[in-house]
Amino acid sequence: MPDDRFEPKIVGFLCQWCSYTGADLAGTSRLQYPSTLRTVKLMCSGRVDPTFVVKALAGGADGVLIAGCHPGDCHYSEGNYRAMRRYPLLMQMLDQFGIERDRVRLEWISASEGEKFAQVVREMTERLKELGPLNWQGRSAQYCGAI
Amino acid sequence: MAKPKVAFYWCASCGGCEECVVDLNEDILKVVGAVDIALWPVALDFKKKDVEAWQPGEVTVAFINGAVRTSEQAEWVKLLRGKCPLVVAFGSCSHLGGIPGLSNFTTREESLANKYHRSPSVDNPSGTLPGLKTRVNGYELELPEFLPCVRRLDQVIEVDYYLPGCPPVPDLIMQAVTAILEGKLPPKGSVLAPDKSLCDQCPRKESKPEIMKIESFKRVATSTPDPEKCFLAEGYICMGPATRSGCGELCIRGNMPCRGCFGPTSESKDMGTKMLSAIGSLLDATTEEKSAELASTLVDPLGTFYRFSLPSSILKHRLS
Repeated sequence: MPDDRFEPKIVGFLCQWCSYTGADLAGTSRLQYPSTLRTVKLMCSGRVDPTFVVKALAGGADGVLIAGCHPGDCHYSEGNYRAMRRYPLLMQMLDQFGIERDRVRLEWISASEGEKFAQVVREMTERLKELGPLNWQGRSAQYCGAI
Repeated sequence: MAKPKVAFYWCASCGGCEECVVDLNEDILKVVGAVDIALWPVALDFKKKDVEAWQPGEVTVAFINGAVRTSEQAEWVKLLRGKCPLVVAFGSCSHLGGIPGLSNFTTREESLANKYHRSPSVDNPSGTLPGLKTRVNGYELELPEFLPCVRRLDQVIEVDYYLPGCPPVPDLIMQAVTAILEGKLPPKGSVLAPDKSLCDQCPRKESKPEIMKIESFKRVATSTPDPEKCFLAEGYICMGPATRSGCGELCIRGNMPCRGCFGPTSESKDMGTKMLSAIGSLLDATTEEKSAELASTLVDPLGTFYRFSLPSSILKHRLS
């Protein structure tokens, strides 16, 4: 049963050339989407170290969005391919950590796709509401107990 | 002047760290010539009350190996911390959590059930599990608690220095002991090993290709690596890029890829995700489907990338 009062926290790692500009376009076009996203602007989706993703999840995020230029469109020619190659390995590892795959999403959003950006945030927010809070810190304290 | 006293203690460990003290060979004579061993449960008989009777500072340094898994281990390391001005986390388990730390991949209940109920060599029809109290001949005996998770040493007590390795190598042990005896110690909290990655020291580094692409993952169990070439270039997972050097590249020289027992360098906050990042970007794939297909052939990324460091990772354990 989804909790209506639960507002998920999403950390979004957006590449500055495409996805951040796409988010900007969503704003200037006055598109409506939930205020669940905390944006971190990076030079490239290839800069998204998987460490950032687990750090966000451990630090209180319920989900992480990684967004970059479409394959073939990278400003640095192949940075986004690095993101693409790391993502499935990271998903396998998150499975093993017991973290649902839908909490971490990789999307290609170009500078002209403001609507797609808004839609991705809407969908992710809905899905995270269904999944509920990740609450890593609380669950970790419960797992280990005190000594 | 009286010789300084040292203590060796073991927690959740295999005994390999004790073995490597003996591996000092003739050098052990220098060590015992320079110090008195005040506690070494594996070799000499001491009781807890002997340690409790120590004056604070009487024993200069405690070398503690093993991760902390039971309440008894936690109690002992706290006792030693209170008595010794210097505590050195000795070996991977104490430094990072080590192999016992992989048990954080499951729950305490699962671990106990696997050991006491499901193991094929166990005959336990009543399903008995270790409890905290038991009665024997009219006496009530207490057993230490098997704690819910594995901790590395500095998650229980303050640690002054770390000697990495599974087990630590004789050269680094001798350097550490000499530094302590001469009072020439680096800043508190240092890992007593070089701070470069293993690839930097690797005898095969010249064979690393300009552009590396992994077409498929190989395993040493099913194929034999070329004795000269970079393991990663061939598709074997070698933890070299994410691992601290100082081990003498023993595994590499034995034609085995690095498993990462020295832990990360000081630059890295999470060994597993750093390694995942490195390996991931090397996959020979330009589509999402191909990336996923290649990734799916890597069996157990968590166990591979965090083989020695799960309790030290950012996520620390599986979420239950």
